[in-house]
Amino acid sequence: MAKVAGLGSAKEGTHHWWGQRLTSLALIPLGPLFVLQFGRLLGADRETVIAAFSGAGNSLIAILFLIAAFLHLRQGLQVVIEDYVHTRSATVTLLILNTLLCWGFMIAGVWAVVSISLQQVA
Amino acid sequence: MVEFALPKNSRIKVGKTWPKPDASGKLRQFKIYRWNPDDKEQPRIDTYYLDLDNCGPMVLDAIIKIKNEIDPTLTFRRSCREGICGSCAMNINGENTLACTRGIAAGTKPIRVYPLPHMQVVKDLVPDLTLFYAQHEAIMPWLDTRSNTPSDEWKQSIDDRRKLDGLYECVLCACCSTSCPSYWWNSDRYLGPAALLHAYRWLIDSRDEAAGQRLDELEDPFKLYRCHTIMNCAKTCPKGLNPAKAIAEVKKMLVARTT
Repeated sequence: MAKVAGLGSAKEGTHHWWGQRLTSLALIPLGPLFVLQFGRLLGADRETVIAAFSGAGNSLIAILFLIAAFLHLRQGLQVVIEDYVHTRSATVTLLILNTLLCWGFMIAGVWAVVSISLQQVA
Repeated sequence: MVEFALPKNSRIKVGKTWPKPDASGKLRQFKIYRWNPDDKEQPRIDTYYLDLDNCGPMVLDAIIKIKNEIDPTLTFRRSCREGICGSCAMNINGENTLACTRGIAAGTKPIRVYPLPHMQVVKDLVPDLTLFYAQHEAIMPWLDTRSNTPSDEWKQSIDDRRKLDGLYECVLCACCSTSCPSYWWNSDRYLGPAALLHAYRWLIDSRDEAAGQRLDELEDPFKLYRCHTIMNCAKTCPKGLNPAKAIAEVKKMLVARTT
């Protein structure tokens, strides 16, 4: 019985679960839109890319996608780590790395889109 | 990390093949998991032959016949032989179910009988269910009220009673929890589908007055949210219940009280 009781209820988890559902929903339209938009620009020259991101629409799709995708990725990987990694020190290390990397990549991505959209076509 | 190979003391060897009965009828092979805590041997698979023309139709009939007529050391739990006590839960041909309600499959393939997966084995087909029962106790499986106790009984409308259908039938056989990968990896912290189905059974009981405390206790990344809707629980339940749906309802209740 003591083993089941453990340290008691953490009284959280609902926001994590709900957050994951919301980012999933957001990614249903954002994912395909981003892939279409980005796919078309692969290998395009500098002028085309800058022109594509100069409007608010394309930049917003990219930024919203990056935010939703990395929030979702962080939560998803967190669950995978908690499920499968059972050495306490490794779990904690991976969870911290996961958070830092996901947020890092998200911020870097958003910054990149913003800086491209502020470029002038030379 | 997750273990991909069985621990050394769980690796299964080929066991003994018991003599065929003298019978003119149809013989069927049964491959049954054996492990004895006293002899310090590895677990093994013993092979038995039964004359199906001279045996009841269920897997439980077969293993009782083996115990009575071939090998009295074969150990398993059984009681009601009609799917109401939940004692004879085991893994038959790869599926957790009750031996008393599972017919001996047609065909000629051997019938494979193992204990419920990923549990400590007490002996042969008997798993240690101590933790499983403690998890059931932890969800407070009783009517919890604040109002004065009525002089006759706690009444419930027919519609409210109907909400318990699909929940009250659970016999706590542990087929669902032991079929759940999430329970395999984290049974020390995750309550498992059976306990959570019972938790929901009390949460929606119109007479119960402790829903808040019950939800407080359940709201936890491990106790409840290790359920990733894998659905093995619903697939395997020998009573045809759907623990995954009950867990989803609990999650909806938790969202409802925060938004």
